Amino acid sequence: MLKAMLGEAWLAMGANRLRTALTMLGMVIGVGAVVIMIAIGQGAQYAVQQTISTMGSNLYIVLSGSFTAAGVRSGSAGGPTLNVGDAEAMAELDGVSNVAPTHQGSRQLVYGSQNWSTQVIGTTPPYLDARAWNIVNGAAFGDSDVRSSTRVALVGKTVAQNLFGDEDPVGKTMRIQQNPFTVVGVLGSKGQNLDGRDQDDTVIIPLSTAQRKVFGTPFLGSVRMIMVQAESAEAMPQVERGIISLLRQRHRLREGAPDDFFIRNLSAAAESEAETTRTMSVLLGAIASISLLVGGIGIMNIMLVSVTERTREIGIRMAIGARQKDILTQFLLEAVMISFAGCLLGLLLGLGIALGINFFTGMVVVISGSAALVAFAVAATVGIFFGWYPARKAAQLDPIEALRYQ
Amino acid sequence: MTEPVIRVVGLGKSYETAAGLFPALRGVNLEIRPGEYIAIMGPSGSGKSTFMNLLGCLDTPTIGDYFLTGSNVAHMDKDALAILRNRTLGFVFQGFNLLPRMSLQDNVALPLVYAGADKETRRAAAREMLDKVGLGKYAESLPSRISGGQQQRVAIARALVNRPRLILADEPTGNLDSHTSEEIMRLFGELNAEGITVVLVTHEQDVAAHAKRQVKFLDGEIVSDHLTAEVA
Repeated sequence: MLKAMLGEAWLAMGANRLRTALTMLGMVIGVGAVVIMIAIGQGAQYAVQQTISTMGSNLYIVLSGSFTAAGVRSGSAGGPTLNVGDAEAMAELDGVSNVAPTHQGSRQLVYGSQNWSTQVIGTTPPYLDARAWNIVNGAAFGDSDVRSSTRVALVGKTVAQNLFGDEDPVGKTMRIQQNPFTVVGVLGSKGQNLDGRDQDDTVIIPLSTAQRKVFGTPFLGSVRMIMVQAESAEAMPQVERGIISLLRQRHRLREGAPDDFFIRNLSAAAESEAETTRTMSVLLGAIASISLLVGGIGIMNIMLVSVTERTREIGIRMAIGARQKDILTQFLLEAVMISFAGCLLGLLLGLGIALGINFFTGMVVVISGSAALVAFAVAATVGIFFGWYPARKAAQLDPIEALRYQ
Repeated sequence: MTEPVIRVVGLGKSYETAAGLFPALRGVNLEIRPGEYIAIMGPSGSGKSTFMNLLGCLDTPTIGDYFLTGSNVAHMDKDALAILRNRTLGFVFQGFNLLPRMSLQDNVALPLVYAGADKETRRAAAREMLDKVGLGKYAESLPSRISGGQQQRVAIARALVNRPRLILADEPTGNLDSHTSEEIMRLFGELNAEGITVVLVTHEQDVAAHAKRQVKFLDGEIVSDHLTAEVA
């Protein structure tokens, strides 16, 4: 029965090809727009997430507090309130996976006749784990290098290119602040961070070496910044509370006294960025959905015309035994078929344009099966929703009245 | 005595008009037995078409009862009436009423679609009925490719496809010339000879003469009811 009706719906669609095609076009454009917008929106989300993942996930940065000397207040991380002992204690907290005290600054590097100014980071091995930074060539330095303040360095890709050119940096000796450093490894590329700064323009050396030979320090063992990574996003609030109470206790702060450190959630900033792109993609999808709605109204309009035109046919069908349900099914099926065919074409069109955008502009687009499924479900819903009223109108016709219609 | 196929008791139908309620049919009583061949006659406005629509379950009466094969269908709902139209009776119209976009075979098979028959059954039954009315070789043609008389034969084949014991025809020769009319009437005669009850509406005496019994309507009432043999 349904098969016979599908055949009839096909016949009816074929009887008025131009009209069917134009009605379908509404759906094609609607679905196509939704697919393109979702592809672009998800592409933007994907790009942001890629950038975020290069920063490392679930990170906190603890900075030493400001201090005031002769009425002049230093900014954050100005005072020597944090030390390596704090970092070691933090590593014992529940939910903490990596802790890396760091000391960083800008220094001039020299290798042969080349020189290059870059950011030098003095830290401990867990830093690489916290930031999910791999070594593409050579090897990382270990805890023993930190303990004995050896002069070894890991170089970022940008530094390697500018200082060493085509040479393999591993095993070469370069100078930082007149001190010779042996390059033991080259860092994997991370690209730009959210601020647009080149993360590969950096050199990483052991913390103790940095403090003794490169930056100098007011108290040996004091640090300005400690990077802390939580085991999971869920563990982050607990880790934050743990750090605060631990540091207050270690620094012997009385109740009511202000913290002598700052704690910043890097992930929160990244999340807000991700949230922005999510909102944007939802907005794009919503705007595109309007065209889907307009397409649906087009279907309803044509189905209403079709019911009026075919009143006599409906009368004949009723006279030979079609029940209300049969007529309803017939017209609903026609609406859904137009909607589905339009959806399928729209899907193909949307995919084609999305791939075209990717090919010609290099913009990241993400084509997901779920988006296509959603578009299909929406098209079926639109077909049923906007086909229902005309179909019901047809089914409720009186057979005698319908037969008399000319 | 056999159970009547059709028994109407005090059947009345009124229409709302600008001038008030107009009674098109006023308390009609009639019995039709299996195998009868009846012509319903009368001038236009006599109520014969209204009566036919009621018999054909296309319309419901304002008052009275209509027993079709024993059950009262006067106040059944739309879907129940649709099933009766599909299975119990076949209806033939003055204007043939074939669907123009479908082949003759599909037109004939259409009642079977609503009866829920499968494709093979539909095809076979439609072929058989088209052969019966002598149009089997045009099965794949569209209605517009054949003459009016042939179209009416197809319509009769469609009315027969669910094998009803009752055929109702409303002015079946109204759109045909006298020669073609004769052919159609001969076909009804053959069907009647097979035992199918035939009720047709006409205002032409020549056509009515083919029937065995003639019932005359005037102003919504039956004014005469005779066997054709008696009229002649």
